[in-house]
Amino acid sequence: MDVRSQISMVFHLDKCIGCHTCSIACKNIWTDRKGAEYMWWNNVETKPGTGYPTKWEDQSVYNGGWKKNDDGIALRGAGKMRGLVNIFHNPNLPVIDDYYEPFTYKYLDLIEAPAMDDQPTARPVSLITGKPINIKMGPNWDDDLSGTPDYARNDPNMAGLSEAEREAMFQLEKMAFFYLPRICNHCLNPACIASCPSGAIYKRGEDGIVLINQEVCRAWRMCVTACPYKKSYYNWSTGKSEKCILCYPRIEAGYAPACMHSCVGRIRYLGVMLYDADRVQTVASCDEKDLVDQQLDMLLDPFDESVIEKAKSNGIPDSTIKAAQYSPVYKFVKRWGMALPLHPEFRTLPMLFYVPPLLPVMAKLQTVNNDEQSKKMDKRAKYWPDNWLYDTSTEDLWGTIDQARIPLKYLANLFSAGDEEKVKNVLKKLMAVRVHRRRVTVGDITNERADSVLNETGLDAQTADDIYNLTSLAKFDDRFVIPATHREQAIEMLEFTGDNKGSTGFGFIESPARGL
Amino acid sequence: MSTFDILFFIVLPYVALFIFLIGSILRYKYVPFKYSSLSSEFLENKRLFWGSIPFHVGIVMIFLGHLMVFLLPKEILSWNSIPVRLLILEVGAFMLGLSTLFGLIMLIIRRITNSRLRIVTSRMDFLVEFLLLAQIILGLWIAYDYRWGSSWFASVLSPYLISIFTFQPDIQAVSQLPLIIRLHIIGAYTIVLLIPFSRLVHFLVPPFSYIWRPYQKVIWYRSKDRVRNPEEDWGVTKPMNN
Repeated sequence: MDVRSQISMVFHLDKCIGCHTCSIACKNIWTDRKGAEYMWWNNVETKPGTGYPTKWEDQSVYNGGWKKNDDGIALRGAGKMRGLVNIFHNPNLPVIDDYYEPFTYKYLDLIEAPAMDDQPTARPVSLITGKPINIKMGPNWDDDLSGTPDYARNDPNMAGLSEAEREAMFQLEKMAFFYLPRICNHCLNPACIASCPSGAIYKRGEDGIVLINQEVCRAWRMCVTACPYKKSYYNWSTGKSEKCILCYPRIEAGYAPACMHSCVGRIRYLGVMLYDADRVQTVASCDEKDLVDQQLDMLLDPFDESVIEKAKSNGIPDSTIKAAQYSPVYKFVKRWGMALPLHPEFRTLPMLFYVPPLLPVMAKLQTVNNDEQSKKMDKRAKYWPDNWLYDTSTEDLWGTIDQARIPLKYLANLFSAGDEEKVKNVLKKLMAVRVHRRRVTVGDITNERADSVLNETGLDAQTADDIYNLTSLAKFDDRFVIPATHREQAIEMLEFTGDNKGSTGFGFIESPARGL
Repeated sequence: MSTFDILFFIVLPYVALFIFLIGSILRYKYVPFKYSSLSSEFLENKRLFWGSIPFHVGIVMIFLGHLMVFLLPKEILSWNSIPVRLLILEVGAFMLGLSTLFGLIMLIIRRITNSRLRIVTSRMDFLVEFLLLAQIILGLWIAYDYRWGSSWFASVLSPYLISIFTFQPDIQAVSQLPLIIRLHIIGAYTIVLLIPFSRLVHFLVPPFSYIWRPYQKVIWYRSKDRVRNPEEDWGVTKPMNN
């Protein structure tokens, strides 16, 4: 057992309101530069939808991630053989048009244009060429547009859904969507590292953050292909690839990353997870139906004496072990079993977990005669006295999950490699917590009924309260349990800081300009 | 032996090799961020295929061919002693040269006609492209007009290059060569000279180590082996990872 620590994350999708504050926080700090304008290290997608870059989940197009073969796993579109053969022209590389051509508006024209008969306008110009363009795509171009033919119907996660199920999702009255915020998953078996010909990408041993060394990157572009989540971006100006750095300068000091700190819905949790690094390869190459279970099994119990002992002998500091014990991620993922990885079938063992959304899923829509229903409408208040549009009653609890507006199969394609049972279990737990809290706060549910719901999902009242607390009331320090890395101490242990005074630091010594 | 010959066949090679060596090392050591192939595939990928592949395949093979004749002149001469083998070598090399020429012309057209690519093109990029174009055209002309190159390269130019590298420059034979061939040699030195100042540096960092490195890579900044013993004096060693 090789115990290592990993900074891991949970995003609670029920709480995401799709405000994009996380994206803006990230953009303002890291990617507001030439060549990086199109990069969204953090982005929020509307699901069902095609996402960013368009249809990134469709690996028959982008050839990202790992695939299982006879003797383990291999990179789908990159790897030693394919990577070197395709080095002069990578057929699997997404190009700028798969994302969008970055643009701005000539705002100065509004105030500097000479007096004329017509009002001045701010024309859009390309941020690459500086010339006026017709904007065809933008970041979040499909925002809130689920149901439209261009986006939802092309969602790769629709695979396995019957034609009727699909059509039901696109009808105006029945349409439902949710938001999927995404950052780099800082995987345990990263395809980007494995694909990099120059060896510029690495995983930090201490906290598992995956980084690209800008001084070693040679623009062979294989990481862009290999990352199945398309979270490695090529900077066309500097000729270097860049990706989410999980705000490591903040993490090292014990602060939350900018996207998490700024999250309005407080959907994001971040903490330490201990895992067994010896098992990475076996877990990544196991059968597809076992992937989620095996990955969760690889994450270790930080209270287990033998784990603590092994962790200490591996040089993991006490502060990190303590943080692992208080980790909100451990609670959501391991203790409560409520969070699942995004697209585990890509076999990169992502360490960002999602609590699947319950709300748009459970609100059931009855089949009614529209004409009759319109007669029932209250003429003055313009509403229906019965709940025909949304049935949010607690009768027939699990039935609403099965007849969900967003089919379980769709969620299962996203979060459990197609295993509906896993998603259903999580949704049941989310429901059970609601039922329990309704008993406590409203009191219109009998104790027997609430307890039987809890029992069925394997929770008890105390756990349900804990889940409720961490979900709804958690304060900043509950959501982010980050041990400071004390890098300064680590450096002092290794060398006399006076030797390197003035020679080390953060950032570029030369400006990040292209070529010589 | 005129001043012209001394300037271009003794002074230029040493200046070019010296600047190439020192410049590339300094750039690698002090501005590693600038070592990049500066790929533009992200901005345009369809026409790149018809340029990059024939050009790179051609130029790599042609470069290795020149290198082989330089390093193994005797073996090449004995290979060429049978006409069929000579023909195979010469025709093969000429086809590769044509492929290089075709690829480079496609690349130049692509670079000039695409407005996005013009943004990421420096004057040095154009200089290098047109130098390479001239060099390839000269090379093809020589291969066509002054047969058979592989043989006289082995008997005339290999000794000259060896004399350069052994610091006993002997330009007697080179100065007698036709002007086209001498221009080709001067072009080669100029390109070598420009390597550290252009995007050509990417040919110095081919990612061969990828073949034998393990797929995953983990870096620790805290190495247990290197933790300083407080009883000892401060050292001045720098840990690898920092």
